[in-house]
Amino acid sequence: MSKRIAVDPITRIEGHLRIEAQIEGGKITNAWSSSTAFRGIEAILKGRDPRDAHHFTQRFCGVCTTVHSMASIRAVEDALKIQIPDNARLIRNLIMGIQNVQDHVIHFYHLHALDWVDIVSALSADPAKTSQLAQSISDWPKSSTTYFKAVQGRIQAFVNTGRLGPFQNAYWGHSAYRLPAEANLMAVAHYLEALEWQKEVIKIHAILGSKNPHPQTFLVGGMAIPVDPDSQNALNADKIAYIGKLLKQARLFVEQVYIPDLLAVASFYKDWAAIGGGVGNYLSYGDFPMDNSGSVSSLYFPRGIIMGKDLANLMTVDESKITEYVTNSWYSYAGGDNKGLHPYDGETTPNYNGPKPPYEFLDTNGKYSWVKSPRYNDQPMEVGPLARILVAYVGGNPDVKGVVDFVLGKLGVGAGALFSTLGRTAARGVDALIMARKNEVWLQQLADNMGRGIYETFNKEKWDPATWPKEARGFGFHEAPRGALGHWIRIENQKIANYQAVVPSTWNAGPRDPKGQLGPYESALVGTPIADEQKPLEILRTIHSFDPCLACAVHVLDGQGTEIIRIKAL
Amino acid sequence: MSILVLGLGNALMNDDAVGVRAIEELRLRFAFSAEVQLVDGGTLGLDLLPFLEGVERLLIIDAIDMGGAPGDLFRLEGDEVPRAFASKLSVHQMGVQDLLAVAELQGHVPRELVVHGVQPASIEMEMQLSPAVTTAMEPLLAGIVAELERWGVRRQQAA
Repeated sequence: MSKRIAVDPITRIEGHLRIEAQIEGGKITNAWSSSTAFRGIEAILKGRDPRDAHHFTQRFCGVCTTVHSMASIRAVEDALKIQIPDNARLIRNLIMGIQNVQDHVIHFYHLHALDWVDIVSALSADPAKTSQLAQSISDWPKSSTTYFKAVQGRIQAFVNTGRLGPFQNAYWGHSAYRLPAEANLMAVAHYLEALEWQKEVIKIHAILGSKNPHPQTFLVGGMAIPVDPDSQNALNADKIAYIGKLLKQARLFVEQVYIPDLLAVASFYKDWAAIGGGVGNYLSYGDFPMDNSGSVSSLYFPRGIIMGKDLANLMTVDESKITEYVTNSWYSYAGGDNKGLHPYDGETTPNYNGPKPPYEFLDTNGKYSWVKSPRYNDQPMEVGPLARILVAYVGGNPDVKGVVDFVLGKLGVGAGALFSTLGRTAARGVDALIMARKNEVWLQQLADNMGRGIYETFNKEKWDPATWPKEARGFGFHEAPRGALGHWIRIENQKIANYQAVVPSTWNAGPRDPKGQLGPYESALVGTPIADEQKPLEILRTIHSFDPCLACAVHVLDGQGTEIIRIKAL
Repeated sequence: MSILVLGLGNALMNDDAVGVRAIEELRLRFAFSAEVQLVDGGTLGLDLLPFLEGVERLLIIDAIDMGGAPGDLFRLEGDEVPRAFASKLSVHQMGVQDLLAVAELQGHVPRELVVHGVQPASIEMEMQLSPAVTTAMEPLLAGIVAELERWGVRRQQAA
């Protein structure tokens, strides 16, 4: 018998994603990814000053404020051919680098871990055995019996309040949870420590961004933060030393807590290295320039494409091959819905013809999502840390190669294991470790520049719109924590004529295209075993492994009710 | 004593931004005594946790659908607060309710928690508040100022 189920909403943060899945014989045979709310953010930008665009794009999303500033500023700088000073490059690398580290840690502990870790089971753990376990996998100092006993007490007190917040709708006690109680307790302890850790780490954004949340120092042409060793108000030697301390703290947590936990949890779920692979095509825009030439070869994480899981054939990215389809999305294109549009010519005209809520199931034969379907050369592409790490792994980044081989070796699996739900989750940890280490190098380079009397952070050559051509267009790429982010801008008569953002979750969460090719989420779900149709924990594991964040892909109009799942036998 | 006034909402989504706009107005008009911190929280979730640490009194300003007429004002306190946010699956999904739950797990629970909410007329991609919510801004601010006064906060008109 075949059953159709719907999981709605599926994101633990930001936005609203719905998955419908067909289940037969305990396995998913077909899947549809939909976002059920509209967005049209780009329309707000038309007619505005391009230099202001980042103030608006920063508010696309509450979680990833810096990333949309970065992509926007790069798009304008690309259009106007502006080269930024070396210090601005380093400060941007640091802001983005620490964003990746923080985001990945928060994703692992606070959004994804609940798919693998049973919090309630932690209550029955033996604190002494937990201490032994923790000490066997890491030198992290917080690992005594007393410590874990205290954490257990806090969980008990919390559970007693009955107000479980983010833990409310989890599937505690599900048979697919496989960790021993002690590993669960250790993970919950680190869940709490990660919150404390994050509080320190984001101080770096407060310094380099002048303000957190919502950093203020991004600027077309550089960064609006002065570098001067002798000024109290500038980025001076004291502040650099302080950031250095925070970066070290960030790195130690990744090295001694995140990575050991990731390996420990993964060792219990190795079957997930063969589940959730998906489209097998990977796109990374590359990022973190090592000099300010603006060239693709200067990127620390290389730009590239892998098709059909073929690691022997790394291909270059041709930006003109990116298009977005709306055949299955609730939009209309003036020239017909079956033709893909490049983002420079992108249109965002809503055309909702779906059912009126509340409804049981979407009509997935027609339009069924507010997310468009981006394609590269007409192929669906997965983006995110896995794509970034795979491209760097075969693209000659020795740091990435070293860490990936270490992780694969520890788990006793080959590179093929990366094409999976577990691979996605592991790649995020690898990315965090690489970034955490690299940040310290960039800070040192910034200090060296300062030592040599290089203070410049802003190139004002093209600040005055009178210096701009009548028409210009450009794109800004950024490898955000969730993957390939692109903003495209067309400038006419000093104003924004068109603006489109293609965000990572659009690449991953988009619906089918005119050829009927499944999007990455949809494809990754096919073949996934489901132990209990009433509690499809396995769907959450694969979808959360992508780190979905749809606030910028769509917006939620309202939300009545908290019903999470609907099931119907067909 | 530490007081946090936290405005929430997506600045690009007209009435959803009422909390953010109220913080801007408060900043423009008044200088509060040092124990008060005004924060534009945008739509950030767990990133706001550090701001809750050491806070004894928390005042949240946000658009809430309470089934009233557009521009209606609501004041909620204590246990009413998590309930009011329970069904709010907006961009604040990992928002107020979860934030408070995690703060509780961490042991940072404000002694007093008050929400000043406004019934939105529309939540659309627009920079302007709707007319109904624009009209509600003055009484909303007056309510917040009165709340802070009750908490013993001193203030001056900004120059």
